[in-house]
Amino acid sequence: MPSWLLLLLVPFVVLNVVIGMVTYVTLLERKFAARMQSRIGPYRVGPHGLLQPIADALKLMMKEDIVPDAADRTVYNLAPIVFLIPCMLIFATIPFAPGLGVGDVNIGILFFLAVSAMEIVGLFMAGWGSNNKYALLSAMRAVNQIISYDLPFIFSALVPVLLAGSLKMGDIAAAQQGSLLKWFILYPVIGQLAFVMFIVSTLAAENRVPFDILEAESELVAGFRVEYSGMKFALIQLGEYAHMIGSSFLGALLFLGAWSGPGPEYLGPLWFLLKAMFVFLLVTWIRWSFVRIRVDQILALSWKALLPATLMLLISTAVVVVWRTGGF
Amino acid sequence: MLDVDNKTRVEMDWSGPERLQMNMGPQHPSAHGVFRAILGLQGETVVDVDAVIGYLHRCHEKLSETLTYAQYPSIASKTDYVAAMTSEFAYVLAAEEIGKFEVPKRAQYLRVIVAELQRIASHLLWLGTWCMDMGGALGGGATIFLYCIREREDILDLFESLVGARLLYGFFQVGGTRYDIPDGWAEQCRTTIDRIDSRVNEYEQMLEDNAFFLARTQGVGTVSRELAEDVGIAGPLLRGSGVNFDLRKNVPYSSYGDFDFTVPVETAGDCYARYKVRMAEFRQASTIVRQALDALPSGPISSRPALKSVAQIRIPKGEAYARVEGPRGEVGSYIVSDGSAKPYRMKWRGASFSNLAILPHIIPGHKVADVVAIMGSVDPVFGEVDR
Repeated sequence: MPSWLLLLLVPFVVLNVVIGMVTYVTLLERKFAARMQSRIGPYRVGPHGLLQPIADALKLMMKEDIVPDAADRTVYNLAPIVFLIPCMLIFATIPFAPGLGVGDVNIGILFFLAVSAMEIVGLFMAGWGSNNKYALLSAMRAVNQIISYDLPFIFSALVPVLLAGSLKMGDIAAAQQGSLLKWFILYPVIGQLAFVMFIVSTLAAENRVPFDILEAESELVAGFRVEYSGMKFALIQLGEYAHMIGSSFLGALLFLGAWSGPGPEYLGPLWFLLKAMFVFLLVTWIRWSFVRIRVDQILALSWKALLPATLMLLISTAVVVVWRTGGF
Repeated sequence: MLDVDNKTRVEMDWSGPERLQMNMGPQHPSAHGVFRAILGLQGETVVDVDAVIGYLHRCHEKLSETLTYAQYPSIASKTDYVAAMTSEFAYVLAAEEIGKFEVPKRAQYLRVIVAELQRIASHLLWLGTWCMDMGGALGGGATIFLYCIREREDILDLFESLVGARLLYGFFQVGGTRYDIPDGWAEQCRTTIDRIDSRVNEYEQMLEDNAFFLARTQGVGTVSRELAEDVGIAGPLLRGSGVNFDLRKNVPYSSYGDFDFTVPVETAGDCYARYKVRMAEFRQASTIVRQALDALPSGPISSRPALKSVAQIRIPKGEAYARVEGPRGEVGSYIVSDGSAKPYRMKWRGASFSNLAILPHIIPGHKVADVVAIMGSVDPVFGEVDR
């Protein structure tokens, strides 16, 4: 196979797999939430509701696409795409198995963190372009929150980077192979603390309850996407879930040993997927059991607690790493 | 904060070029019906609030002038559809007071039982919707909401086997009650309230051990004792502000004096205090139901013959005001009778209506997110506000 074809084919496959996963992860979340709330969840479309995501997607495609008269049309129409692209790009550097991925570049983590922070542009465009007061307030909150939480998110993600000694995702995963104890979550004290902080800042970066003040449907109806319908709404939704899955893969890769697991090597991607789903369900579990906190409390939590804590953790990790490698 | 000259609108000291006017409602996920709050925002902070009501006005008072004393109790349910039994209760009490009708002891106890069950059902709905306001329909709030609805369902089942209806009952009639409890109902009722008691413990664990819930409720929407008395709020709001006033204790009606219960009072006056009061009322209500079931006397359920025509109940000339302690506070009905089968004039005092008056005093200065938390803690039902 010519290399240029491979270059086109791999991203195409990854993109489609991600879109397929997003569709089915919504079903997983709905079923999981239903169990938590002593309900059954989607059940009517297909056996055990398995075709529900397809029905949802079809429904959204057939919905009328409404553009408010007062909206800034260019910004309004562009926003879902600007939002979606970074959310999809984050999968570019994730290796799903040794050597299996779009491009395991040597600054993989940096790329992931930088690109995932760019979704704020799309959010703000959606909030501003809708010309709606709820959306505008939500956009204001979005800028506040995502800027506040990207720092702890980056700092907590950098802890495994220090432990592995590389920014390349493949190297970080490779450093955790071989035995369960090599997983960075089992690294004494530092690993667990970093994982907890990572989950908290992931929640905020993904706008999940208790940090979903952007959406905040009891205050701002639906926040930045209040005016969106049909396919544009679907794109925003797709972006959000893609971001969640991407972060779950990142969490599994950074802390849970990526593709390490029992069995032959070709089961690696499966283990990776299972761990990513574990992280996803952890986030979902938190989402469906907490109440939302207020915007000022969110900012206080970030700047007064999480940011100093992650920074301290990062520094102590550096000290530990240098000490263990005999650098002093 | 209290502005005596301008009671509808209390503004903070604020001057600047821009202020965002934002409508919250009447079509809004946490409008609790059709409430419209016009918020003046400075950034995220609410600096002024104007409340608009009346979207659910159904001419209840005028309607009651066209319906007989036998007909209207079923319609009275619709003023406060979340606590339908309470409004019926207030209406028949006023009619009985004018007509000097005796109510048999068994009927009085049955009334107490359904009123307290209704209080539990209403508080369950309040807890669910309030948490949904704070936690979101796509978050932990929805979880609590669905748990609460599950328990409320049990109580509605009890009412269904008692009356045949699940939301609007028509259980009360002048002179007694319309139905007696069926066989096995008392047992079913006991197991239900036992289950709800244990579930309420679970909710308390889920909420009170949750730092985010405490952060959202403690110190939010504080109503001082003076403000509470001045504005004239009632029910759990008043008791959350440290005023020990409960009509069931202070002005006992319908044999409430026979039962041993306490009136929970909290002094903090914030959303959390109102939450604590209502959580304690769950337990008090179930002890009252248990006592009433244990001591339920035998005998007739009505002092008047069974209804054969709608105009059968005639009440002499006179007027009376009767009030009961509903889940949201004092529900009062004032009837002027001209001696015919229909009231000449009827006036409702809706607890939610009076409680809503507190909003402009406590909302300014809070964030947008707190508005829904405060609204939810006031627990308005717009059927009762607009009538």
